[in-house]
Amino acid sequence: MNRFMVGRVLPYIILSFIALLFLLPMLWLVLASFDGAATLTLKIPEEVTLSNYTSTLASSDNQRSFGNGLLLALGQALLVVAAAGLASYPLSRYQLRYKRPFMYVILFATGLPITAVMVPVYQFFLYMQIQDSLFFTILFLAASALPYSIWMMKNFMDSVPLELEEAAWVDGASIWTTLRLVVAPLMLPGIFTVGIFAFAGSWGNFLVPFILLQSPQKLPAAVTIYQYFGQNGIVQYGKLAAFSIIYTIPAVALYVFGQRFMSQGFSFGGANKG
Amino acid sequence: MEAINSRFPKAKRKGNGGEQWRAALFLSPSWLLLLLFFFVPAVLTFYFAFTNMALTGAAAANTQFVGFQNFVNMFQDATFRISVGNTILFLIFSAVIGQQVMGFLIAFLMNGRNRVFRSVVGSIVISGWVAPEVVCAFVWFAFLNDTGTANAFIQSIGFEPIAWLYTFPMVSVIIANVWHGTAFSMMVFQAALGDVPKEVEEAAMIDGASAWQRLIRITIPMISGSVVTNMVLVTLQTLGSFTLIYALTGGGPGNATETLPIYMYHQAFVNYQLGYGTAISLVLLLIGIVASLLYMKLLKVKL
Repeated sequence: MNRFMVGRVLPYIILSFIALLFLLPMLWLVLASFDGAATLTLKIPEEVTLSNYTSTLASSDNQRSFGNGLLLALGQALLVVAAAGLASYPLSRYQLRYKRPFMYVILFATGLPITAVMVPVYQFFLYMQIQDSLFFTILFLAASALPYSIWMMKNFMDSVPLELEEAAWVDGASIWTTLRLVVAPLMLPGIFTVGIFAFAGSWGNFLVPFILLQSPQKLPAAVTIYQYFGQNGIVQYGKLAAFSIIYTIPAVALYVFGQRFMSQGFSFGGANKG
Repeated sequence: MEAINSRFPKAKRKGNGGEQWRAALFLSPSWLLLLLFFFVPAVLTFYFAFTNMALTGAAAANTQFVGFQNFVNMFQDATFRISVGNTILFLIFSAVIGQQVMGFLIAFLMNGRNRVFRSVVGSIVISGWVAPEVVCAFVWFAFLNDTGTANAFIQSIGFEPIAWLYTFPMVSVIIANVWHGTAFSMMVFQAALGDVPKEVEEAAMIDGASAWQRLIRITIPMISGSVVTNMVLVTLQTLGSFTLIYALTGGGPGNATETLPIYMYHQAFVNYQLGYGTAISLVLLLIGIVASLLYMKLLKVKL
């Protein structure tokens, strides 16, 4: 094989090897979930079965933990979309004296690790006697997602042309009507993107509910998985794998769905070559 | 048109009274949430860190201001020093080197390859990133277990099984975190490499530059902005990383994988020393603030 051929083929070999290394751990999860006698070792199930899935879904404890996760993620995402959507309008359209400092504070908060405020947040919840409440956990999750969401939403709003709004005003529409009938439909991709990001963020979040919630009947799926494999000695790996897959599916689905809307989502890295 | 423009002036105009009020109204839900649940706790960190607040014992009933006592204790605390060291190790090897080098390598090798091949490899790498962190921890708990796939493989080629999570705990969590986080860097570098004009590389090729020279002299300098931004972002994410390590090793064995977030958790919620735990989170917050300011400076944002 000559130099040229090596140069063509080598990247494929290296990439295939890397992909295999990335694939193996995940492959175990998928295969084990269909294996009635799953062990911790990667193997093809002798008998492919759906029983892990059916028994996981049939358990009322599991249903409740998925329900809690859904409640947290959906409640938070709706709140974030509403609050960030409203906030983005004046930030995009009006000249406000406090706009620059506000946007700087928002961007600054985007970078702060949530982990660093969890202990004081817990103390604050303790002091206000609002710990172990799904409702206040949703409010905190929403607040922690807001900086990033406002930032994204404002950028989307900036790209909605002003002319259509002005035309609606000329026709006598009020600000509120214009927002609802002209701006909101044009903002749909932005609203979806922000909503998806927010939902995925709290659906996958372990730390926040782990710290702020204590009652077993309020815990979301993220914390339940941990309790299954982290502490209890005996584990039915097949069932836990099925639980993990069911818990992962919404995140994957949202990612695939969200990709259509966030074509520019990752260009921020490239947008700043200067 | 004049008349309309004066009645409905352009967006970038001096705000009148009504607009200011409307803006305040529209911003108020966000303000309220951010203030109550984000900025108040962040500011409280600066107060709680100087108290002896605890969940049990005398200090629970009677919390007192103790000045810099928590910070003095911190510097005399061997476990704190270990967790600082672990945090630095974890940051450097999983984020700065691991995810970035791996992410760049994949993005670079993918550049210009077959479309189908690219999307298959990309999807595999992204699957570890899209999966929730607890699931990643479970997957690696299984993979590195005594009877897991890693040991099944090394036994099949004639070696003794290794208790990975006990013998090489730090290496284990670093590998797991690289597996989980690489996709982010990969996507950032893919976008950046896509923006590098083909002509420049072709010109260098005609001038006789080797592949290695083109990589070092042209490609990397042209995406250096993305490299630095990505570095700061990944560092910030990894600094706050809790779930993966906690679910995988719980900071152990002993305190071998005890990073600052894990130590903070242990002090606050296992030893019930909330004041001391907050002092540790203040350290984390200050590092985060510096990194966050650096990030803003790098972005050169236009408002």
